[in-house]
Amino acid sequence: MNFFSLVLVNLGRNKRRTILTLLSVTVALFLFCSLGGVLDTLQEAIKVGSETRLVTRNAISLVFPMPLSYRDRIAVLPGVKSVALQNWFGATDPKNPRNFFAQFGVDDAFFPIYAGDMTLVEASPPQADVAVPQGMDPKLASYLAEQTACVVGEKLLQKMGWKLGQTVTLSGTIYPGSWPFTIRAVYRARKKSFGEETMFFHWKYLNEHGMQGRAWVGVYVLDLGDPGRAADLAKQVDAMFENSDAATRTESEQAFQAGFVSMYGNIPFVLRVIGLAVVFAILLVAANTMMMAFRERVSEFGVLKTLGFEDGMVFRMVLAEAAIITLGGGLLGSLGAKLAIEGSGFNVGGFLPPMSVHWSTVATGIGVAFLVGAVSGLIPAWQAARLRIVEALRRVE
Amino acid sequence: MAAVEIKQVRKVYQRDTQKVQVLDGISLEIAKGDFVALMGPSGSGKTTLLNLIGGLDRPTSGDVIVSGTSLSGLKGRKLAKWRARNIGFIFQLYNLIPVLTAIQNVELPLLLVPMSGKERRKRARTALELVGLGDRLAHYPRQLSGGQEQRVAIARALVSDPEVLLADEPTGDLDRKSGEEILNLVVRLNREFGKTILMVTHDPHAAERATHALHLDKGVLSN
Amino acid sequence: MAIPLSYNIRNVLQRPVATLTTAVGVGLTVTIFIGALALAAGFQEALRQSGSAANVIALRKGADSEISSYISRDAANIVRAHPEVATGPDGRPLASPEMVVVTNKPRLGQPGSSNVTVRAINPEGLAVRSAVKIVEGRMFTPGTDEAIVGKRIAPRFAGCGIGEKIRFGQRDFTVVGHFTAEGSAFESEIWGDNAVLQPALNRDGFQTLTFRMKDPARFAALKRELENDPRLQIQVQNEQNFYSSQSDMLSNIMRFMGVFITAIMAVGAIFGAMNTMYAAVGQRTREIATLLVLGFSPASVMVSFMIESVFLSLIGGAIGCLLALPINGIVTSTTNFQSFSEVAFAFRVTPPALLAGLIFAALMGAVGGFLPALHAARQPLAASLRGM
Repeated sequence: MNFFSLVLVNLGRNKRRTILTLLSVTVALFLFCSLGGVLDTLQEAIKVGSETRLVTRNAISLVFPMPLSYRDRIAVLPGVKSVALQNWFGATDPKNPRNFFAQFGVDDAFFPIYAGDMTLVEASPPQADVAVPQGMDPKLASYLAEQTACVVGEKLLQKMGWKLGQTVTLSGTIYPGSWPFTIRAVYRARKKSFGEETMFFHWKYLNEHGMQGRAWVGVYVLDLGDPGRAADLAKQVDAMFENSDAATRTESEQAFQAGFVSMYGNIPFVLRVIGLAVVFAILLVAANTMMMAFRERVSEFGVLKTLGFEDGMVFRMVLAEAAIITLGGGLLGSLGAKLAIEGSGFNVGGFLPPMSVHWSTVATGIGVAFLVGAVSGLIPAWQAARLRIVEALRRVE
Repeated sequence: MAAVEIKQVRKVYQRDTQKVQVLDGISLEIAKGDFVALMGPSGSGKTTLLNLIGGLDRPTSGDVIVSGTSLSGLKGRKLAKWRARNIGFIFQLYNLIPVLTAIQNVELPLLLVPMSGKERRKRARTALELVGLGDRLAHYPRQLSGGQEQRVAIARALVSDPEVLLADEPTGDLDRKSGEEILNLVVRLNREFGKTILMVTHDPHAAERATHALHLDKGVLSN
Repeated sequence: MAIPLSYNIRNVLQRPVATLTTAVGVGLTVTIFIGALALAAGFQEALRQSGSAANVIALRKGADSEISSYISRDAANIVRAHPEVATGPDGRPLASPEMVVVTNKPRLGQPGSSNVTVRAINPEGLAVRSAVKIVEGRMFTPGTDEAIVGKRIAPRFAGCGIGEKIRFGQRDFTVVGHFTAEGSAFESEIWGDNAVLQPALNRDGFQTLTFRMKDPARFAALKRELENDPRLQIQVQNEQNFYSSQSDMLSNIMRFMGVFITAIMAVGAIFGAMNTMYAAVGQRTREIATLLVLGFSPASVMVSFMIESVFLSLIGGAIGCLLALPINGIVTSTTNFQSFSEVAFAFRVTPPALLAGLIFAALMGAVGGFLPALHAARQPLAASLRGM
């Protein structure tokens, strides 16, 4: 037996209470880390963007388009490797209107630019012999050969219960009518933050059937060779269109994504407040337990002191007891949150990538648990330490 | 040199607004190797005197000297350390830690001195064998009889080999037969191991076994 | 016979530390619960208030929000001329064709930018939007580069103070007034004149047309007629229903998050209550045995401890309600992804939400008290009387 086993034995004294307290710390830290995970996910959403890409949109807002003619004017700027188009489509599946997912009309240049973020895992065999341009995945052949073809994320495929080769009909909200799409390829994200719940289809299809050939573009994605020139190029692009009907705003893809995150307004703050409340509530539960444990053992502390245990040792013993309960709960809850949330691929929804819980959040959770243990044990530990032997022993009778 | 020396000790408690004088200028010497029985009616201050000698409480005035050390000079950690080495306590209600086994209870005081775990266990076992419980090492207090519990408590008081043992009505909660066994054990500790023993008791039969008897009444000693 | 209630109440009050820590633990859970409800209710109410039950709104077929809708000038004129549309005292139709767009504006006081809805109306449109009141400055003068800003977003975005300039397209508009609209989502918008804003933003036609009916009872017939008119290609809804539906997605997410968070917190709080109640039962073993010997049935002992636990939690519920009250009226904002723009709204702590909080607390007490109460009712008599 040693000091540590003495602490453990005391924890086993009222197993039910120890377990209940441990579990309540566990659920609280699970919640704390889940909330932290939402904030982590918002951080993660910013990382979707690359520093080597720029996004150009209409200066008024994303809702306003730009003419197609901008593409060629941007493409010739020195430093721009290639330019892709991307239009938000915003349709819903009439069979499943509650399952919101993103769709973008993109041109062919889109796929080589994002080859580092997504990889095609499945594709229909090409119906006709199509030459796939250099630098493009040959799996896109079938997609390229068909105007109504689309590429969807693996998770989306599972969620909606679709199959490769299936034709799904969406109903447009911005572009009215029924829109048939045939799934010709399935992608998997190479970076987790890219997400696997998006559908990409031919911008040409959208232009011909939704815009009557007016060729409006939602955003341009500019792939740069040298990220060092990004700021200069952004200024150059915006200056070029400053006095036209559709003035532009160009920023790094990262800043563009950060813009979406900042749209969540005060929600991150609200989550932090809730996190604090959770920690405080758990502090009370733990403190109550430690007070009860102390009250039951007053005479025993007297005996220990009679045997020669110093006040400091008694203090440390009580504190260690509290810290073990809360640290145990903290470890279970924090790691549990990471495993459960990241393992299940849970998606908060909206425009966010799959939910993450960073290790730093897990570490914070464990730190918080430890702190809760220290604080909740402090008062009983102090009371135990300053307990006078004569009074403590008298309580036996 | 006397094992215990008490000089003009007064102890006054504050109870609400009233001052209660428990010990009134007591002086006493207990020689090394003595076995003293301390008798007296309830509330006469017997336990208070025991507590003062064990350094659990402080006199209002006067001095307590145990084995040549004046307790008024010891405070906090030093006092705790001193107690661990020099005094063994035996309580009426045994005061074992219920979640620890017999041998763990006996080991408890040894945690306070630098010693290997193996050595601790060896000594605790020896102490339990001495009190006749070599076959009850892994039993929890609730699995033992009252007499056995008290023997574990005695082993715990002995294990760090203190010079002075303080016993507060060690047979008060036991039946006659168990009480007798405990008394025999205490006498043995005094005779064979030369422990200085101060035992508070109500029982004149128990007091007869001691080498000396003292009577305390209303805070004053008489022989 | 039942054990008197005062027995439990006195016992709860006799251990103030345990009672308070447990009750506050329950209380914080209740606060978060009410807070989540208040957040969702505030958001929903802001949008519901936007619409008037007496108004009808027309959008393009298939459009699920104002910004994805489009109504041509011709279609708007056809609807305005419909005999079912009410007319004002001047004989003009009470109909407001509106251009609704989203513009990205930098935030004030915090980094980043967000989307703000810009709504252009015709001067007579205010007759349909009777909730709108200028609280500072004045109304914009039709035909000029002037705009008014909703009171709730005025402090949240740059350039929205009175006298300041805000840019739309290639033109600068002067903010001349701030308005309220009974706490509705309109207070998160910038309003100006169709005749000026449309060319500035390079837009033709409208997003929606809102009008008042002469006889609201004929809504169903009118809806059928307009939706079947091949020249129009519109859908027609009660305005209040339409705006309410714009809050569905986000308020559902808020409620889901609220339930998820409070359910987990409740588990922790229930464990805390169980600890306290087990301790309470443990301390009173002899007392309970005495009650049983006196002839109280195990059932009444059980009920008595359940009541004690519920009472303890209700103290927590009351604390939770008190803590939740001050959040009523706090204005917060987030983007409504259905309208793709920021909505500022106030937390609404409603009496039903408070009541729900109390019921929730009582429920936590009942669940947390069940096992300890059972333990109390089932304890072996003889051993308990002897005293542990």
